[in-house]
Amino acid sequence: MKKNFRDFFIASDKEQGGTLKDHVSGLRRYVSQIKPNFVEGGRFSWLQSTFEAFESFLFVPDKTTRKGCQIRDAIDLKRTMIFVVIALMPTVLFGIWNVGYQHFLATAESVSFWKMLGFGLAKALPTFVISYVVGLAIEFIFAQIRHHEVNEGFLVTGLLIPLVLPPDIPLWMVALATAFAVIIGKEAFGGTGMNIVNPALTARAFLFFAYPSCMSGDKVWIANLPDATTGPTPLGLLANGSTDLPSAWTMFWGGIPGSLGETSKIAILLGAILLLITGIASWRIMVSVFAGAIGMGLIFNVIGATPYMQLPFYYHLLMGGFMFGAVFMATDPVTAPQTNTGKWIYGLLIGIFAVMIRVINPAYAEGMMLAILLMNVFAPLIDHCVVARNIKMRQKRAKTNSKTTTK
Amino acid sequence: MSNFKKLIIEPLRKTNPITVLVLGICSCLAVTAKLKPALVMGISVTVVTAFSNLIISCLRKGIPSRIRIIVQLVVVAALVILVDQFLKAFVYDVSKQLSVFVGLIITNCIVMGRLEAFAMSHKPWESFLDGLGNGLGYSLILVIVAFFRELLGAGTLFGYRVIPQSFYEAGYMNNGLMILPPMALIIVGIIIWIQRTRHPELQDNNK
Repeated sequence: MKKNFRDFFIASDKEQGGTLKDHVSGLRRYVSQIKPNFVEGGRFSWLQSTFEAFESFLFVPDKTTRKGCQIRDAIDLKRTMIFVVIALMPTVLFGIWNVGYQHFLATAESVSFWKMLGFGLAKALPTFVISYVVGLAIEFIFAQIRHHEVNEGFLVTGLLIPLVLPPDIPLWMVALATAFAVIIGKEAFGGTGMNIVNPALTARAFLFFAYPSCMSGDKVWIANLPDATTGPTPLGLLANGSTDLPSAWTMFWGGIPGSLGETSKIAILLGAILLLITGIASWRIMVSVFAGAIGMGLIFNVIGATPYMQLPFYYHLLMGGFMFGAVFMATDPVTAPQTNTGKWIYGLLIGIFAVMIRVINPAYAEGMMLAILLMNVFAPLIDHCVVARNIKMRQKRAKTNSKTTTK
Repeated sequence: MSNFKKLIIEPLRKTNPITVLVLGICSCLAVTAKLKPALVMGISVTVVTAFSNLIISCLRKGIPSRIRIIVQLVVVAALVILVDQFLKAFVYDVSKQLSVFVGLIITNCIVMGRLEAFAMSHKPWESFLDGLGNGLGYSLILVIVAFFRELLGAGTLFGYRVIPQSFYEAGYMNNGLMILPPMALIIVGIIIWIQRTRHPELQDNNK
């Protein structure tokens, strides 16, 4: 056993040199064989990034750190992204079913579970495919032009974009928004890890301002809505001055119209638990977003000037995309602050602004998207202030310490 | 002759006032929702820059350096009033659309920038060409931005419908974001991006 193990390492060392041992799998051998075509000087060297992307998709990358002494975390970007994708699965599945459920509820037909799921799948699957195809195509082109590796960041973004859009969104709009988000939101700043604002929310904001009739109102939240009926979201109802809401329990389990992924809070919380256990999302941000919203909701309850302000504060957590944003959007490690104090400030302000925009500005029924985008922009400033304050404090301490010692 | 040619051609490309010097952005955001006002604005600024450059260059030796900004402002203001009156007389509807932005040409950074940077130290004919070139460089960007904003935001060009009705029936929609000022900034950003990719010498080297 021990000998075999050693042999394996020796073999893989030799493999780098060009000889291939028998126990290397057929696929690995094939990939290694065609590899020389894609490296510098090869026939298809212009496809190098594409090749690398697929190679590292199949096998663990053989890259090692060259300069300095560094520790590589076993959980690299690819594993992180896969965990987020797994965490999103409950919302995806529930969202697909809910599209069918809401449609047949609106048409007053009673059909089987599988028919609802099938209808939802027919409606939702194309949006996922379009978002992935368009986004990945652009990512590959940019990686190729810039001789970068293709990053895995889009695996999550491509899934998030359809989840924050209404089910009835035209496919060409999904394609356009994805292209806009990837090019302007991400590649213009240098690609994965360099973006200032969350790309999925950039896509949503683009559609929200470009095609408001497809992104708001009471007609778009249920797929193939029959004429002469409406299907407003709870937030839409409130923005129009009505307080005739579904029960808190219905909003919690998710049987309400809304964007694909935002309706079921149970499914979102399942994802949140996975993200927190694996340590991928920051618990500080999640907790502080909730705290900010609850605090602002309570303040409005105390003021109580309009029926909207009198709404119980926990309704804000259950309506619209608040919880989805808090769990999957605000915690995006690229666009959130890096310092722990900064994360608290960032999260609190997101919660506060989200509720404030909802209640005070009836033009924007959903405040979560705008609150997160706004705080994304301020995240570097928050970090800067936290770091500067820390430096100042330590300088002061150093000064007082040196004074006392000289005395 | 090549020197004169350079004075006119260069501001259209490598020394463009908007995309390279990043001046005159405010009016670029404000007047480019439609092609017609953008074109009129571009022509107005070109006229003002060219003639203010010419006049200041003629006066440059007689202007005391301590009060030169005031003298420049008087010349520019006089020209802007002339342009404003002209627009009101001949293209009243566009003048109304442009509203306050015609008057604000006086504060356009390009005008003052060229006076200070060029006209105060060059001969009249060269200054005139320089003003003309920079005005045209400004107009060029304005027209490009307005072209995309009007085409995609309203489906028209110069007010005429370009995108056929059949497109709308097939589900196409005008892009509301194009009408909003942020999109002008994004389009200017894309133009800058393309330009700097094509001319690597324009890229900042701060690495």
